[in-house]
Amino acid sequence: MNATAKTLFSMSRRDLITLVIFALVVLAMPIWLSPLGAAYPGLMQKFAIYAIFALGFNILFGLTGYLSFGHAAFLGVGSYTAVWSFKLLSMDVIPAIIFAVILSGIFAVAIGYLSLRRTGIYFSILTLAFAQMSYNLAYSVLTPITNGETSLQLSLRDPRVLDLAFGPREPGLPSASLFGHTFSGLEAFYFCAVVLLLAFFIAQKIFSSPFGMMLRAIKSNQTRMNYAGFNTRSYAMTAFVISGMYAGLAGALLAITDPLAGAERMQWTASGEVVLMTILGGVGTLIGPVIGAWLIKYFENIFSAFNDTALTHFFGFVPDGLREVVVAISSKFVGEGWQLTLGLLFVLVVMFLPGGIMEGVRRIRGLFGSGRTPQTGAVSRPQAAE
Amino acid sequence: MNAILAQLLNGLDKGGAYALIALGLTLVFGTLGVVNFAHGALFMLGAFCAVAFRQLITLETVTLDPEKLSPWGAPLEIRTPLAQSWFGDFGGVLIEYSVPLSILLAIPVMAIIGIAMERGIIKHFYKRSHAEQILVTFGLAIVLQELVKAIFGANPISQPMPSVLRGAADVGMWLGMGPNVLTYPWWRLTYFLFATAIIGGVFAFLRFTTFGLVVRAGMADRETVGLLGINIARRFTIMFGLAAVVAGLAGVMYTPLVPPNYHLGMDFLVLSFVVVVVGGMGSLPGAVAAGFLLGILQSFASMTEIKSILPGIDQIIVYLTAVIVLLVRPRGLFGRRGVMES
Repeated sequence: MNATAKTLFSMSRRDLITLVIFALVVLAMPIWLSPLGAAYPGLMQKFAIYAIFALGFNILFGLTGYLSFGHAAFLGVGSYTAVWSFKLLSMDVIPAIIFAVILSGIFAVAIGYLSLRRTGIYFSILTLAFAQMSYNLAYSVLTPITNGETSLQLSLRDPRVLDLAFGPREPGLPSASLFGHTFSGLEAFYFCAVVLLLAFFIAQKIFSSPFGMMLRAIKSNQTRMNYAGFNTRSYAMTAFVISGMYAGLAGALLAITDPLAGAERMQWTASGEVVLMTILGGVGTLIGPVIGAWLIKYFENIFSAFNDTALTHFFGFVPDGLREVVVAISSKFVGEGWQLTLGLLFVLVVMFLPGGIMEGVRRIRGLFGSGRTPQTGAVSRPQAAE
Repeated sequence: MNAILAQLLNGLDKGGAYALIALGLTLVFGTLGVVNFAHGALFMLGAFCAVAFRQLITLETVTLDPEKLSPWGAPLEIRTPLAQSWFGDFGGVLIEYSVPLSILLAIPVMAIIGIAMERGIIKHFYKRSHAEQILVTFGLAIVLQELVKAIFGANPISQPMPSVLRGAADVGMWLGMGPNVLTYPWWRLTYFLFATAIIGGVFAFLRFTTFGLVVRAGMADRETVGLLGINIARRFTIMFGLAAVVAGLAGVMYTPLVPPNYHLGMDFLVLSFVVVVVGGMGSLPGAVAAGFLLGILQSFASMTEIKSILPGIDQIIVYLTAVIVLLVRPRGLFGRRGVMES
């Protein structure tokens, strides 16, 4: 027993250092995000949650190379399950998370069983088809379960069996709690952050395990793996289910910070977003997708709030006549148009930096190279996220 | 019987749109080997060619009539479209037929956009993996749709069809069933005929011209054609332009049916990829057949009789068909051996 526990928690020195630094960066978010104007709890929760989503997606896409275009379906399933757990059982987050992860895992087994029969673009289309089916059904016939367009939300008449067995119904809508302690905004962030650290730790273990090696082998040459006598599908299947569970976990956390679940979380644009995050940050690297997720969520919340006044202020150093021109041009790229910037950035990254930001970091370190093999930099991480 | 015929007709125009987009996708895939996720955006750009054309010819001059007052007491404004003041009655005809006439604008614009896209970006992705092609064209699609959003705004802009085609054709009469038994809107009929004509044109172009012959040879064995001293890359670029034009025209003519907005392309893209996969990757007849098939299936699934047996089937029928086809017949209905199987 002791020995198993030892192998479970032993990790290489480098992994340990990475984990510690990552933990410091995540937990210190309120400090280093405040000069960037992003240190409010709602946004930091999103940072943590989408980092989990991208981490999970990367376990599938980064390691096995299977490009799923329907991962948002699991996110949606997780959200719905969590809200139902709030409504039926209790406002406690633990059962909500457990049910969400289990149910999204079951979904992933079903979808993966069928989709993994095909590879390449056929796999992408199959996952896309399943996700669109879930989305369309959630909007139409499944309305009794999903509440359709109005989104599933808490109501005053929810049974909440467990909660009401222990105490009287309190007036007003309850909010999520942990062992009876109701979350405040910052506490909810720290809860998500701790879950993120756990998720990161598990991902690290998967990356460095023989199982992770198998998954990488599938990416590099599946045919050869088959000839060598491995049943690659079961490995890919495991990766698919794990990554679906990560997505379900992220969905449950979204419901915890805001107990509301809508079908648009399952739409294929949401699946596309996690692909963007992963590619932007660096596919196949551990830390890259997390950075990608932070960057996109930062863009989405901060960049989209920029308006002409802010721009004029920002370009204060430019001479007067020119400033209007600069503001007029750059205003197309912020505010409402931030997705244009995102799209352009994404095209440029795919064209010139297929390894994403992590490859950029590596190249820059190579330029200032001290001769040693460039590693996935730990020190430069927070800077890259800016 | 009539209900079935009616649904069959209803499926034709949507099927036509699917078939046109899928045809373009397959052309690009068959010639350049590129999986183009930006193809839906080309459809959307075509639709906005129609919007832009209409905005252009309905530019107005506003003159104030000092003598008369409007009911609100302000001077009466007289709005004259420039086209009308320049060309007289012909200008009015121009405005009336703005949608079909925007084809004339869409052809050069789409060809230029298509060729620029291929030379500028997609050229660099021939040797890269399909996943990377999907990613870069997906990014490109986002850029294109955001540009359109920045220029034309986020709301759908409805385009009126010519008033001659506004009613419905009494198809039942033609088939000897008596009046008003089976009607079908004229514009949808026009769209179906238009789609058929374009599809026929593309097939004839590939089948009966020397250019088409070379392109088909290049699709079969690019290397050999290259070794024979033919600049196959340039011809494939032109084919990409052609595919863009086909998608654009499909978009232009679709505008009276659905008011275009900037994410029209994304809505169609997912469906048309499903169509391509059902038809068989790389097979032109497959794309066309699957386009019409799925269009018709979709309209059958939305019949009340069928919905009462299988609730929600109309929402998922296309995807469900794709899943079944891919699992039972991985190459699609008309797919060739060895395409996209590595």
